[in-house]
Amino acid sequence: MTTTEILFFILTGIAFFSGAMVVMSRNPVYSVLYLITMFFAIAGHYILLNAQFLAVVHIIVYAGAIMVLFLFVIMMLNLNKDTEPHNPPWVKIAAVIAGGMMMATLVGALKETATPLTKTNYDTTIGTVERLGNVLFSDFLIPFELSSALFLAAMVGAVMLSKKNIH
Amino acid sequence: MSAIEIIPLQWYITLSALLFGLGVLGVLFRRNAIVILMCIEMMLNAVNLLLVAFSAHHSDPHAQVFVFFVMAVAAAEVAVGLAILIAIYRNTRTTDIDFLNQLKH
Repeated sequence: MTTTEILFFILTGIAFFSGAMVVMSRNPVYSVLYLITMFFAIAGHYILLNAQFLAVVHIIVYAGAIMVLFLFVIMMLNLNKDTEPHNPPWVKIAAVIAGGMMMATLVGALKETATPLTKTNYDTTIGTVERLGNVLFSDFLIPFELSSALFLAAMVGAVMLSKKNIH
Repeated sequence: MSAIEIIPLQWYITLSALLFGLGVLGVLFRRNAIVILMCIEMMLNAVNLLLVAFSAHHSDPHAQVFVFFVMAVAAAEVAVGLAILIAIYRNTRTTDIDFLNQLKH
């Protein structure tokens, strides 16, 4: 077993365990913290796949911006273990059965379908800023500009929605 | 050297399917709307991981640019979603989705 395989299994274990804990934790603050652990494990996967730029952006966007948003809202609304609403047991059992069946179907269906090409010449430099920048600013220039309009709309929308009195 | 040369693509597909299934399970399992938003983030991450794995496998940077756009949309979605939740909380004093059925009545 090589180092890469060991790292893959460790990161997979962390990602799956923290993903399960996001669902299971009774306190929403713990859910956020486990979610951040999962984000870091996925960033580790990106580094293993030689997508360094995406790994850094992932950490900045998710562990930086989104975690702060979630934690800020949870603490502002003063949500904790006591205020957490719970489904009745039969809904939880039904949810586990439905979710587990969906998981089993996805894994079973996708496991066999992929026909990986056995290649020998992998290009390991595709994750660098240079290569991604070239693609982003040539083939994807218009979507890139449109995403700035999306962010502006999201920003205006968030401010408008959270304003107290709009006349 | 990249991990895709050693680790079979099927393992990444299985991991992504498991994480996506966990996200679906969370959406069905929880009633707190904020935790449901987190589970949606988990599903988006599973898809991103699969895109990066395929991108590495095909040595094609286009998929990684797609992941970049998915992250942008996810950030916008979280900002607007949490703003809506705060507006709802101001009116109903709860983030329990079972109370948000005024349209039905």
